[in-house]
Amino acid sequence: MATPLLEVEGLRVEFRTRDGVAHVLNGVDYHVDAGETLAVLGESGSGKSVTANTVMGILESPPGVVTGGSVRYRGEELLTAAPARRRELRGEHIAMIFQDALSALNPVFTVGFQIGEQLRTRRGMSRRDAEKRAVELLDLVGIPGAKQRVRDHPHQFSGGMRQRVMIAMSLALDPDVLIADEPTTALDVTVQAQIMDLLADIQAERHMGLILITHDLGVVAEVADRIAVMYAGRIVEHADVHSLYANPCHPYTRALLESIPRVDTKGTSLSAISGLPPSLTRIPPGCPFHPRCPMAAERCTEELPPLAVLPSGRSSACLFAEELVAG
Amino acid sequence: MSAPNLSVPILEVDDLVKHFPVQTGIVLKRTVGHVRAVDGVSFALHKGETLGVVGESGCGKSTLAQVLMRLEPPTSGRVRFHGEDVFAKRGRELQALRRSIQIVLQDPYTSLNPRMTVGDIVGEPFDIHPDVAPKGERRKKVQDLLDVVGLNPEHINRYPHQFSGGQRQRIGIARALALKPEVIICDEPVSALDVSIQAQVMNLLDELQREFGLSYLFIAHDLSVVRHLSDRVAVMYLGKIVEIGTEEEIYGRPSHPYTQALLSAVPVPDPAVRAARARIRLTGDVPSPVNPPSGCRFRTRCWKATEICEVEEPELVTRGAGHHPSACHHAEEQTLLPST
Ligand SMILES: Nc1ncnc2c1ncn2[C@@H]1O[C@H](COP(=O)(O)OP(=O)(O)OP(=O)(O)O)[C@@H](O)[C@H]1O
Ligand SMILES: Nc1ncnc2c1ncn2[C@@H]1O[C@H](COP(=O)(O)OP(=O)(O)O)[C@@H](O)[C@H]1O
Ligand code: SF4
Ligand code: SF4
Ligand SMILES: [Mg+2]
Ligand SMILES: [Mg+2]
Repeated sequence: MATPLLEVEGLRVEFRTRDGVAHVLNGVDYHVDAGETLAVLGESGSGKSVTANTVMGILESPPGVVTGGSVRYRGEELLTAAPARRRELRGEHIAMIFQDALSALNPVFTVGFQIGEQLRTRRGMSRRDAEKRAVELLDLVGIPGAKQRVRDHPHQFSGGMRQRVMIAMSLALDPDVLIADEPTTALDVTVQAQIMDLLADIQAERHMGLILITHDLGVVAEVADRIAVMYAGRIVEHADVHSLYANPCHPYTRALLESIPRVDTKGTSLSAISGLPPSLTRIPPGCPFHPRCPMAAERCTEELPPLAVLPSGRSSACLFAEELVAG
Repeated sequence: MSAPNLSVPILEVDDLVKHFPVQTGIVLKRTVGHVRAVDGVSFALHKGETLGVVGESGCGKSTLAQVLMRLEPPTSGRVRFHGEDVFAKRGRELQALRRSIQIVLQDPYTSLNPRMTVGDIVGEPFDIHPDVAPKGERRKKVQDLLDVVGLNPEHINRYPHQFSGGQRQRIGIARALALKPEVIICDEPVSALDVSIQAQVMNLLDELQREFGLSYLFIAHDLSVVRHLSDRVAVMYLGKIVEIGTEEEIYGRPSHPYTQALLSAVPVPDPAVRAARARIRLTGDVPSPVNPPSGCRFRTRCWKATEICEVEEPELVTRGAGHHPSACHHAEEQTLLPST
């Protein structure tokens, strides 16, 4: 098999705080290739952002500590790479956009200056050329009147527009992996649809690998090629989008799909998942989902199910995955 | 779903308006305009019914809730509760009214006082209305309420931070139920919760409605959540209701372009339908509620706008038999969602 564009393997991260050690990532595995969209789906606190931040090399440390695993870009190990090399990769090869565009942008500089910054410092462009390129990028992400707006400050833009500015900024150096961490969670539904369309277009046009982090099963179904479902700092299921929705092979994924209302049907009562996600300082032994799992058996309290690859190429971290795949 | 009685309106809202002044100056304040947060809203809420209110951020949903709760005075308009004018009530009558209409808020993290125990929070309404629960019975009543909303009655002495988001939302619901209200206004009650917890709270609201015959005004921006819980739905845009109808009418055959755009933008959790979906993509942003466009407020983003839309404000009326009220000159029913 060819080397994936970006690959995360067995990634482990702890947060060491006064309240104890939080086992935030407990062996995360995923990869993305050029020209495809991987959705990383999970509830809040499941470790989606910590994984992304570790990939980017911007994990807050302390308190965060990487205790194991590997992150490889085109086969090159990043976790042990020199800081200078990591900085070089950031933006140039792997870029990231965040949920809260307002706090990710600097309020005192114009958006044009911020978009052009990387071009000036890393590509040695003149101020004028960088601004010209910023206008092109703003135009590309659909900001009307880009030529005038390039000298505006972030607060002069609406939420959706700011997210477009962020996207423009992330594209400045032509990265080939883009990580989008809940890019539309704070936006209204009509604006969310615009931004998702934009990301999908850019991803296809530039043949980028897009990692889309979200908690929204609807958004995933609209744009993803493959999905990695996270629970308590691990991937519990991984499949192509069609197989996953048609036949979820992990009880957590199955329960999630049954617990959400759908806009296209009235539906009857929702089957809620009982209980809460585990505290990461005290993850239950065995399968971390067992206290909430309707299928849990004795074994589940003792054995940690590995993320096993099933014959169809999909994978599931459930001891009974093969029965589930059979339907 | 429970069967609401549509012949008995409990709450009637008639041309309700709430404007907030926009002021400049520090010492000498000067009013330079008004935020037309709610700008002529009318609807009725019936016994046992859930009326959903949807719309994007800033369209006036929370302001509507605040005015109905009498937390903000209205600029104009009338609200009747069991036929009686709500804004005319003072003193004792006002207290009685406040018992009957309760609110549950979005943010379970900030809407509960962190220094009060759960028992104090849920029992606080009894301080204001001591006749409902004499001192000796309070603790028992609070424990019953905790039990009703699925919390452990033994946790009565815990503090809000010791509960999860979903549990805190249950505390807020228990408190709203304390005085046996007839109407509960829910302002984004599940928006801050994780997907796996949302269903628990939605099911709880559903059960409580059946058990106590409650009427809900259910405000949310999530169209899937609103469809699930509502009997009827009102769609708001820039301070106005643009379309109102049964859940089936609004989701199955919406006739206002804004509703149509909203529905086509909602992601459906089913990759099998993604290619087949109608896509209407709005351009631009919602205009400022200080200076809404003339005529139809939606016209600056509407692909169907014509001259009349600029000069004449469309009324929220039924155009032709068999249709539901829609504030559009060119209202035309269309099916946008794949299955239904
Ligand atoms: N106290 C106030 N003073 C001035 N303007 C206000 C006030 N409260 C609300 N507004 C404005 O009124 C409009 C409607 O606000 P409201 O909070 O009702 O919106 P909403 O529909 O609840 O939005 P969201 O979905 O974001 O909760 C907005 O433009 C808001 O900025
Ligand atoms: N700087 C930090 N210090 C301590 N704990 C943290 C920090 N950042 C994240 N965490 C914890 O790590 C866990 C995973 O967080 P995160 O990756 O942000 O989740 P999400 O899946 O919602 O993106 C959570 O329990 C969170 O509280
Ligand atoms: S291993 Fe057991 S507890 Fe875990 S998901 Fe599978 S059945 Fe449920
Ligand atoms: S009245 Fe005109 S502008 Fe308004 S929604 Fe209808 S067609 Fe569009
Ligand atoms: Mg996150
Ligand atoms: Mg609100």
